[in-house]
Amino acid sequence: MSNAPAKPRPVYRNIHITDIVRYRLPVAGMVSILHRVSGAMMFLLLPFALWIFDASLSSEFSYEALASAFAVGAGPLPGWLLKLVSLALIWAYLHHAIAGVRHLWMDATHSVAKVQGATSAVATLALSLLLTAALGAKLFGLF
Amino acid sequence: MTVKHGSKRLVVGAHYGFRDWLSQRVTAALMALFTLALVVQVLMPGPMSYDKWAGIFAAQWMKLLTFTVVVALLWHAWVGMRDIWMDYIKPVGVRLVLQVATIVWLLGCAGWAVQVLWRL
Repeated sequence: MSNAPAKPRPVYRNIHITDIVRYRLPVAGMVSILHRVSGAMMFLLLPFALWIFDASLSSEFSYEALASAFAVGAGPLPGWLLKLVSLALIWAYLHHAIAGVRHLWMDATHSVAKVQGATSAVATLALSLLLTAALGAKLFGLF
Repeated sequence: MTVKHGSKRLVVGAHYGFRDWLSQRVTAALMALFTLALVVQVLMPGPMSYDKWAGIFAAQWMKLLTFTVVVALLWHAWVGMRDIWMDYIKPVGVRLVLQVATIVWLLGCAGWAVQVLWRL
């Protein structure tokens, strides 16, 4: 047992909410925090997804009503808003799933070097944003 | 003094997060496979219609697979949301309330999904 006076130990704090704007995250850190944000988004939007699931399956009538809600809106809700929320859900799902596969790949192949983390993070962002753009274009009727 | 670290680590009692780590990956893999199974069926030839969409979920194997995935999602979301509350919410009382609310929210959503599946 050493009796030397203890050095003051370094303190690592969580980033405070006010630090977020001036804190520069590396790209792997971006993917990481977006993994969390997209997960929380899907948790909160579960009833929205279930409403679509319910209406699309219950009957031919509810299926058509859902389609028209997305096309021209339903009650006070405009169709574009429903599409926008759906697009947010689509992005959240794609980012979360691809970032999850990245985790599995890192676990399986021990690909945890700094460079691998950065390149796979760029790939995750590129692939999820590209797929979101494609599905978004389809959703808003661009093709 | 008894060594309790390294290969002599005490492995009973607290599970050191291993169960959460593993269940997060197993449930994720299940949901990914479900997504592929659904996308393949949606992309089968023929225009999308109520009959095609409802037909996918009318098959008993698809109902059971979807049910399993709903349970996987519930479990997965619980582990994730619990992590979020543990990271950001320090007062124990508030954290407990949020965790209970999370469970109620997830069970309610799972119940709704089951209702949709077996009403078909």
